[in-house]
Formats: sequence, C-alpha cells, structure tokens
Amino acid sequence: MDALAPLLASAINAGTPLMLAALGLLINEKSGVINLGSEGMMLVAAVIGFAVTLHSGSVAVGFMAGAISGMVLAGFFAWLTVWLGANQVATGLALSLFGAGASAYIGIDYVGETLQGGRYGIPLLEDIPLLGTALFRQHPMVYFSLVLCAAIIWFLNRTRAGLILRAVGESPSSAHSLGYDVRRIRLAALLFGGACCGLAGAFMSLVYTPMWVEDMVAGRGWIALALTTFATWRPARVLAGAYLFGGITILTYHMQALGVPIASQLLSMLPYLATVLVLVLISRNASWIRLNMPASLGKNFNPNT
Amino acid sequence: MSANFLRKALCVMAAVPAMAMSAAAGAQEPLKVGFVYVSPIGEAGWTWQQDTGRKEMEAALGNKVKTTYVEDVPEGADAERVIRDLAQQGNKLIFTTSFGYMNPTLKVARQFPDVKFVHSTGYKTAANVATTNSRFYEARYLAGIIAGKMTKSNVAGYVGAFPIPEVLQGINAFTRGMRSVNPKAEVRVIWVNSWFDPGKERDAALALIGQGADVVTHHTDSTATVQAAEEKGKYAVAYHSDMKRFGPHAQLAAVTHHWGKYFTKEAQDVLNGTWKSDSTWGGIKEGMAAIEGFGPAVPAELKQLVLDKQAEIVAGTLAPFAGPLKDNEGKVRLESGVLDDAGLNKMNYYVEGVAGKLPTSK
Repeated sequence: MDALAPLLASAINAGTPLMLAALGLLINEKSGVINLGSEGMMLVAAVIGFAVTLHSGSVAVGFMAGAISGMVLAGFFAWLTVWLGANQVATGLALSLFGAGASAYIGIDYVGETLQGGRYGIPLLEDIPLLGTALFRQHPMVYFSLVLCAAIIWFLNRTRAGLILRAVGESPSSAHSLGYDVRRIRLAALLFGGACCGLAGAFMSLVYTPMWVEDMVAGRGWIALALTTFATWRPARVLAGAYLFGGITILTYHMQALGVPIASQLLSMLPYLATVLVLVLISRNASWIRLNMPASLGKNFNPNT
Repeated sequence: MSANFLRKALCVMAAVPAMAMSAAAGAQEPLKVGFVYVSPIGEAGWTWQQDTGRKEMEAALGNKVKTTYVEDVPEGADAERVIRDLAQQGNKLIFTTSFGYMNPTLKVARQFPDVKFVHSTGYKTAANVATTNSRFYEARYLAGIIAGKMTKSNVAGYVGAFPIPEVLQGINAFTRGMRSVNPKAEVRVIWVNSWFDPGKERDAALALIGQGADVVTHHTDSTATVQAAEEKGKYAVAYHSDMKRFGPHAQLAAVTHHWGKYFTKEAQDVLNGTWKSDSTWGGIKEGMAAIEGFGPAVPAELKQLVLDKQAEIVAGTLAPFAGPLKDNEGKVRLESGVLDDAGLNKMNYYVEGVAGKLPTSK
C-alpha cells in the first residue's frame, strides 16, 4: 500500500500537462478550429517560462510568460487561418515544427540550468495518511487545472457565451447570420487554447522536470490532441483520460521496480495502444462521437462570401 | 546568450580563415583537433566531461593544438557529414565521443587515411582509428560500498538507460560493492529506454524511492535523479559529473570519468609522429575513472574505507568482477580469477543481489 500513494501522486503530476493542453485544445475545437501546433506552443512556452523563471526567480511569472508566449503563437495561427484562410492542418503542423526548432534555439544557453524544486502542500490535508501524499502535496497548478476543468464544464453547458462558442463550431454561417462575429470568437478561443498549451509547457519545464532540455515535451502535445478525441470533446473525460495516460506511464516504472517480468519497451507502448483501442471502441458507436464533435471542425469560414 | 552562442559562432568563423592562415604559418602550424559531441555540453554529464577533457588538453599543450568542436550531433547520417566536415577542415586528429558514431567514424576514416580518429566506447578499430573507454565500473563498485553502508532500507534504486553491457557493468559492480559490506542489500532497476530524458528519469527515480529505495543512482545523462533524491530527502550517487550543485544534501559521491590526460597523450603522440591505433581502456589507476564529490552525509571512516578499497583496486588486489561471480538466477558465471575484457564486453546478466529480470533475457 505504501507504494500506492507516490504512484497516484506521480500519475496526477504526469497527467496535469496533458490535461491543461487538452482543455485548451478542446475549446479551440469547440469553436471549429483544430490547432495541430500544440506541441510547438508547449515547447516554446516551456523554454520561455523556464528562462523567465530563472531570471526573475518567480515561478508564477514564469507561468505567466509561458501562457503569453503560447498566446502569441496562437494569435499568429489565428491570423493565418481565420483571417487569411490558410489550411488549418498545414498551418498547425508548421507551427509545431517551428516551435521545435525555435525552442531549441532559444534554449541553447539554458540547457543544464536547473531550478530548485519546491515542496508544496495544503495545510492539514497533506497530513492525512496515504491520501495526503497522494493528493494534497502537489504544485498549485495541479489544483488550478482541476478548477479550470470545472470552469470549462460550467462555461460550455451553463453560459450564454459557451452556447455561442458551440454554435460557432457547429455552424459558423448560422452564427454569422445571427450577428455574431465568428472570426473574433474563434480568435478568442484560439488565444485561450494557446494560453492553456503555454501553461502546460511551462508546467513541464518548471514543475515536472524541472529543467529545460531540447524537445522535452516529447510528444505530449500530440497526446493532448488525441486526448480531445479520446474524450469525445467532453472536459470531464479529458480529466479522466489525462490521469489515465499519466498513470500508465508511471505504472510502467513501478512494475519494473517491483520486478514484474514484463518488457519495458512493451510498457512504453501502452499509452499509445490505449489511445488506439479506445478510439476503435468509440468509433463502433458512431453516435457517441457525432453528438459531441463540432460539425464544422477544421473548416475555415469567410464571412465575406 | 552569450558565451555558448559566441563560442559556436567563433568556431565556425575560425574554421575558414584558419585554413588560409595555416599556409602562411608554415612549420609552426598547430595540430588541429576536432571533437564531435552527442548532446549539448550543458553543465554536467557525459559530453560535459568530454569537453572538460578537451579544455585540459588545450591547457596542457598550449598553442601546439587548436581545437574545434561540434555539439549535439545525432548518431546516424548527420554524424558522418559532421565528421567528414571536420576532416576536410584540416583537423588531423578527431575524437568522436559516442558509441553510435562507430560506423560513421570508420567510413570517414577510410576516406582520410592521413587523419587520426579516436572513437569512444566502441569496439572496432582500423589503421587510423583507435578506441577508448573508461573502466568506470571500478568507481561504481566503490560507490556501492558507500550505498551499502548508508542505506537503512537495504534497497538501492538504479535508473538505467538501455540494457547493454556498458550499463550492466555499472549496475553489477555497484551491486557487488554494496553487498560486499551489506549482504542484505538489494538493487532495483528501472529502464527508461533513453539516454537523456529528465522527465522519465525523474519519474523512474521517484518510483524507486516510492518503493523503499533510500539511495538512488543513474546511468543516464541528466541530473534529474540526483534532484529527485534531494527533493525527497534521500541519498544519491551521481554519474558522469559531480552533481553536488543539484543535490547538496543528497549526493553521497559521484562516479566520474576523465579524458584530459588521455586526449593530451593522443595529441602529443600525433605531434611526435608516434601515434598508433590501439584500444585504451583506463580505470582509476590511469586516472580515467574516479569516485569524488563526497557529500556531507558520508562519515570520515566510511570515506577512509572507500579510499582504502580504491588503493586496493589501483594495486590490482581487488577487482569488482572476481570469481566466484554468480548471476541473480544462481548460475555461476565465473568460478575464479578476474573477468576479462571480453567477458565485460558481453555482460548480459544481473549479478546476485539485483532484483528482477533483464528485459533482454529469455
């Protein structure tokens, strides 16, 4: 049992960047735009967040810088796709490739620098045996991501703005004819997505590792993209999926240390295998996906035609 | 931005005019020495130790040598291009410092018979290609002694990159050292399947600590394991470099390798015209491997014990892999005597005291 608490704690820690990024991408996609640049945005935010923290000494400022750098890249993406009508998939891929190169270049001088990892905890709660270690000694950003998840559920289902956002994703031309500015709403959604990916990237370099090294996001941006589909565009399922993916990775290490005779390579494969499996299962019941999938996902909208 | 960026820019700029100048300088021209690194130099780790060796060589030979390096070169097709570029730029001695550069090095060496190459950790030589490696497992054994004396849970955790002989030598020597002073000790291993992935290394270290390991060590390139131990209030043995800065309380000692003397000797041999292709495998005695950076937690008598054992290794009276050598399934791998280099190069088992099964074993 003693091994269970750190396992849970690590799984939550590993799942948090996935959840942050996936929640942002979910909002993007609810507005009808798919941004494949998440990996690139996370990388740039990771290095900028790290550099800013190193110079300013404040992790909070680092997170802010990470979020802003994600928003800048997302804003650029929005200009290209929403205003100039560039292909979303191609632009997103370009953004990811650009982010990988740019972050490596910016980060040359920060390789090998490290931040002091802090100790966090919620007073009283952290002293509960087992649960305290498992749940209440995490970085504040972990709890923020949970609040964010709840806020997004409320926003999408209970607010007028959420309804408008979903309308834009379902049928931009109807929303347009009702007098909503589709391009601005999509810009806002993309900026929010950029900020979330930025926070996720900064979480990687400030809390998870905590250090900067080239390509440290290591595919988590792509996993976050898969996660939105895996969760069939439902925030609560994003939360479950993120912890599940985080948990599988951590479980592989614990099983190895316990001497379970299973090839580590096989275990490394599991998160991806799980994604494919769940996708297959969901696809068997097409209505699950169709009900939630924004109808105009990936399609550009030009209000002047 | 600075130093590192400037250095890079200078290296590129220096390469071109240097060729023009070398004609004018005539007989006085320095020996040009090139280095290929597999990762960024950073502030600790394998490549950092290589680059420290390069600087020591420069310091020792002064203006008789002129060095150039290219960092962060992936193993594969890019490596061949970089090595060839260095040879074309007039470097007469080229150090290729990662296992995966073996075949590219040999290929370029055939095209430049008058250039000498030294490849690290490989096993193929040619008329103009020498190899070198460090018997760092000797220092691993000593680190094991410290871990065996310091552990309270009798469990040590080991974060490994890939289950290849080089890494297994370290795990097995560490385990034998640990059990030489603490027969109840057990070593648990987690493979992360990467040389450099701080996120994975950290998760693996935390998993080991979560399962009761109170001393952790690593055969990967980042400082993540030491940092994780520091954070959790456990002990760590650093590898490659002294990582005291990353774990001031956690670090018990660091197992390090040193290349300065060897690089200097190779360059001097080329200058003297006496360079020969050979295979150099140096340990503590040759100054190529060391245990250093003892942490504040290590008591003086333990430190003395380690230094005594080190003296025995240097004198040749103690060997980490002396018979009887049993693997963790009870099979005797060596009855008596000392395991030879061929045996070391083929090591594909865990010794007694390591928990679990090798992922590669059937």
